[in-house]
Amino acid sequence: MSANSTAAAVSVEKELQPQTTGWSLWLRQSLAILKLELRKNFFGRRAILIYLLALLPVVLVAMLAIVTRSLPEPPSIRTDFSQASIVFGGIYGGLILRTIIFFGCAWIFMNLIRGEVVDRSLHYYFLSPVRREVLVVAKYLAGLLASVVIFTFTTLGALFFMYLAGYPESTNYLMNGPGLNHALWYVVITVLACIGYGAFFIVIGLFFRNPIIPALVIYGWEWINFLLPPLLKKVSVIHYLHSLAPVPLPEGPFAIVAEPTPAWISVPGLIIMTAILLFIAGLRIRRMEIKYIGE
Amino acid sequence: MSLMTDNMIVFEDVSKFYGEILGVNRVNLSIAPGITSLVGPNGSGKTTLMNLMTGLLRPTKGRISVLGTQPYQPEELFRKVGYCSQFDSFPRGMTGREFVRSFLTVHGYAKDAAEQMTVKALERVTLMDAADRKVAGYSKGMRQKVRLAQSIAHGPRVLILDEPLNGLDPMARAEIIELFRSLAKEGLHLIISSHILHEVDMMSDCVILINNGYVVAEGNVHGVRDEMEEHPAQILIRCDRPANLAARVFESDSVVEARLHEDRQGLFIKTRDADKFYLLLNSIVLEGDFKVESVAPVDDDLNAVYQYLIGSDGESR
Repeated sequence: MSANSTAAAVSVEKELQPQTTGWSLWLRQSLAILKLELRKNFFGRRAILIYLLALLPVVLVAMLAIVTRSLPEPPSIRTDFSQASIVFGGIYGGLILRTIIFFGCAWIFMNLIRGEVVDRSLHYYFLSPVRREVLVVAKYLAGLLASVVIFTFTTLGALFFMYLAGYPESTNYLMNGPGLNHALWYVVITVLACIGYGAFFIVIGLFFRNPIIPALVIYGWEWINFLLPPLLKKVSVIHYLHSLAPVPLPEGPFAIVAEPTPAWISVPGLIIMTAILLFIAGLRIRRMEIKYIGE
Repeated sequence: MSLMTDNMIVFEDVSKFYGEILGVNRVNLSIAPGITSLVGPNGSGKTTLMNLMTGLLRPTKGRISVLGTQPYQPEELFRKVGYCSQFDSFPRGMTGREFVRSFLTVHGYAKDAAEQMTVKALERVTLMDAADRKVAGYSKGMRQKVRLAQSIAHGPRVLILDEPLNGLDPMARAEIIELFRSLAKEGLHLIISSHILHEVDMMSDCVILINNGYVVAEGNVHGVRDEMEEHPAQILIRCDRPANLAARVFESDSVVEARLHEDRQGLFIKTRDADKFYLLLNSIVLEGDFKVESVAPVDDDLNAVYQYLIGSDGESR
């Protein structure tokens, strides 16, 4: 550790300074953060809960398939797959979308920042020459990629077992009927749900020390969406996703009917809402302090 | 004081409150290159000052500039600054090499450049042998070293180190202090907080004493000591016939106390003007034919300054 060797090392480091600036530097930094965050999201200890959550509907539908196939008298969902697609629409809307994806996104996205505060490791990012807004966006993209992969698996896995329950009659519905189109729309809804809920939860994770309570409030709000007047319905993620569902479901006798939002509005609407939420997250993280006390 | 000073770290009337609790109050500092140590009891505000410098905290009042950059511009600041904080936590599952390299890639370095810089940084802190072991399995000293490697890997001009010698064995301490000295020689700013006063005294060009959120003294240790007029300088003279010497030293107006050493082989002197006393001592020794073995200041070090200004109980005097 002589002075000469240190001086030489410093001069080498100056030569190695990143040559890129602006957008290309941000892109390079985002990719580096993305890589680190994906590793945490897929292989970290917090991922175990997500995998269990994501498997739950797949296991339930698989059990339904086993029971259906073992019955001596085939139920209607085995013989008429349009019935089965309505059943799946209920499972997807009630369980997968409103509960599994909702809480899965809550867990993934709130932990992107809050989890690192709890682990006392956020300062390593804050002590790097990265715009904090770039950090938020990169973390969001990592959460998004992880949630989309995991919950698309849930959606398609559950759908696979639904089709298995009605095999071989269901093959015709899939290949020659609307089956593939439905599957594609369920994936689109899953991706959009991850985009929308993800943005909500990253903001909540930045503003609240204990984000569970606001998450439950949003959960309640999403569930009572069908009771809300048309204007308030629009202040939710589920409203935009509901109108994209390939199999429309009745919302019950107490529902207040609102004009469904067409896809060409609901998709960009959700993206704009996400951009606004990420902008708020960027403002918040810019002023964020690290104390790690009482976390 | 201008914030445009590009080679200084400047605090301009900086205060930080945590709600109603005082972190630091009305801090005005200009820190030049070299080793500057922050010294003070636990909770005095040392870490708060460091966190303010690096933008982890925002001041309630006042302005800070680090080589002309404001701490809330991380994209510029951390090209120049490395901070080895006291937080003893790491991203999970990483080896020492992965830890240093991954944050260099976050800086924007290409993979190969990041790898080269990682190796250099780990070599500097003598941690190459353990580079591919998981950080979770490191000893406290190794974790301290890997954090240090991470903070110096990008070649910063300012290095901020919060208790960097904690957990290191004596051999490693000596190596790391040597590294600090060589970095300071290259013109870097090193801001170090430490509780180990004799090590701080040994390596620092400047000290900042802080207590209860207030800077109580700043500057070269000897300069700070000289300014403490309410505490006369203590000098120990080892000689033959110390009692005879004691009778003569009061010829100087500046001497306020003379006391024999317990072993009766020396004499403690308290004087308000050490330079004047040394001149007088020369003539007394020559005239009286005293055999002087040594003359040494007793309280001209950081430990004494700390005791006088802060005290062992942390209450400023």
